[in-house]
Amino acid sequence: MKIPYFPGCSLKSDAAHFEQSAIEFSKTLGVELVELPNWNCCGTVHSLTTDDIMHHLACVRNMVHAQELGKQLGTNKLITLCAMCYNTLAQVNELAKKKPDDLKTANEFIDDLPDYEGKVEVLHLLTFLNNYVSFEKIAKVVKGRLNGLKLAPYYGCLLVRPEHVKVDDRERPVLLSKLLGMVGAKCVEFPYAVECCGSYHTVNLKEAVIEKTYTIVNNARENGADAIVLSCPLCEFNLDKRQKDVKAVYPTFEPMPVFYFTELLALASGKKVNVNAHYVSPENVLRKYGL
Amino acid sequence: MQINEGEIEKRDIFIKQVEELSGQNLFGCYQCGRCSAGCPMVSRMDAIPSMVMRLVQLGDEKVLDKNTYWVCASCYTCDVRCPKGIDIAKVMEALRQIKLRKNLNYVDIKKIDGIEELPQIALISNFRKYTG
Amino acid sequence: MEETKMIKVYIMGKEHEVPEGLTIMKAIEYAGYKIVRGAGCRAGFCGACATVYRKANDYKLRVALACQTVAEDGMYLTEIPFVPANKAIYDIEKVTPKANIILQHYPEVARCVACNTCTKSCPQDLKVMDYIQAMKRGDIAKAAELSFDCVQCGLCAARCPAEIVHYHAAQLARRIYGKYIAKPSPNLEKRIKEIEEGKYDEEIKKLKQMPLEEMKKKYMEQQKNAEKERD
Repeated sequence: MKIPYFPGCSLKSDAAHFEQSAIEFSKTLGVELVELPNWNCCGTVHSLTTDDIMHHLACVRNMVHAQELGKQLGTNKLITLCAMCYNTLAQVNELAKKKPDDLKTANEFIDDLPDYEGKVEVLHLLTFLNNYVSFEKIAKVVKGRLNGLKLAPYYGCLLVRPEHVKVDDRERPVLLSKLLGMVGAKCVEFPYAVECCGSYHTVNLKEAVIEKTYTIVNNARENGADAIVLSCPLCEFNLDKRQKDVKAVYPTFEPMPVFYFTELLALASGKKVNVNAHYVSPENVLRKYGL
Repeated sequence: MQINEGEIEKRDIFIKQVEELSGQNLFGCYQCGRCSAGCPMVSRMDAIPSMVMRLVQLGDEKVLDKNTYWVCASCYTCDVRCPKGIDIAKVMEALRQIKLRKNLNYVDIKKIDGIEELPQIALISNFRKYTG
Repeated sequence: MEETKMIKVYIMGKEHEVPEGLTIMKAIEYAGYKIVRGAGCRAGFCGACATVYRKANDYKLRVALACQTVAEDGMYLTEIPFVPANKAIYDIEKVTPKANIILQHYPEVARCVACNTCTKSCPQDLKVMDYIQAMKRGDIAKAAELSFDCVQCGLCAARCPAEIVHYHAAQLARRIYGKYIAKPSPNLEKRIKEIEEGKYDEEIKKLKQMPLEEMKKKYMEQQKNAEKERD
């Protein structure tokens, strides 16, 4: 099965291990993620004012590329990995359906591409695996097991909010726990699973992110986790790389490794984790569980 | 307190502007405070989100002097918890846009501390929210 | 003798009659304007004369090199002397090909909204937006490759709603590409060594003292030889 796939900027640089593990793992399921030709940056955050069509253009362009590639591959699906890309593309896609006049304006402005017809289905890989592959099948296909690795599944904001694009229950999501549980991980419940990491404040209000990371990581540990698992490169930067800054403010802070969920799926299916891509080394935790 | 007619007109224009930009019915808010209770950034705000809602209902442009809408991280927690279905994140965005459209940027992109370590996803999202 | 057909053009809003077949630049000069800034090689290479114009009954703001584009009846014309644009200052020895390196020096690149206006305003038909997008995702090699034919006219920077200075950022991409990514050329290294060892000093000295007429003759000869070699 070949499915159009939108990578996003981070997956081509800092989060290359996210993309690589997702592509490898999908292959073991017989799914080939086909990168959109000529995709452009989604813009990362959905523009929320009613009249700001200009900031939707990037997503509409991507939807056109998905539509055209989909026609060749015989599908209307588009798979995303990054939570920000997913959210921005899905929200613009919803807008295109709800406000046909705005879509018309965008289509008329984009005069170098075919019109977007509004029929692409934007899916996060988690939703795709759940709805179109099934976690049971994954459990059967994946030979290895994660040996009871204790994880705190962190969804953050953009996978579960706002309502019309959520991939799971917005207050108590279970998709990550179910999926990783199927391949032998032990996911803990922790109250900060859908709490914001501070997001773009990491640029101009680093202190806020340090507080958030301190709270989220400690809370994950208090609930028994040895690592955090997530799906957003900005959350990853804030929760993994910013641990260095947390340590500077709170000297007794104990670092905790952070994984993309696809890294663990790939690990369960026999691939290695690229430990060099992590700021907090996951080596000790992996060793503890014999992984 | 007495408010003259010119003042009332000015307030109506501001309320209408926020309503149009956000697409939200500001007068749906009945001050239950759930938005403020769940806000992950509330401790850094000089007016809590529900207070901002009240100020825009009153058409009080002084709301633009509060840091609330800049400190908002657009996490949508208030949106999904509002019992009246108001997308408060959109109201915050409307306030940001009122400033940004006057060429009043909140962040100076040429003066970012530690830009060498920041990934593009952080810069892109930050500039989208804080520069016009 | 056949009479030259005249066409009507509007230069900075004022109507002028100019002979058909002139380039935009010549039409403006024919009408009596002296182009002090905004003219360079007059051969389509330097980018100094990049300008914008509109055709009669057409909403599109079109772009062209004024020295290469023929004026048409009903055109609205002007010359653009310069596009203000800041250049980042960096030490190429200290710049490394990291994913966010362009954003460090030109953070405004992160503001791109993918409207594609830059691509539409490039008189060289470069995929300007695509190279900006490549910079955003840290693909310096692609940014360098896509921007290779840039003449630095600045029209992209004049039209960009995100206020990006595309062409300066692209130059940084090409410099990083040249220094850190491109495969070194053995021929270039050999030639640099020869120059440094003084192999051509004598010849250069001779050329410098050569009378102009003789140099012209030598140049033409060399051109002919090069042509022969190509054939």
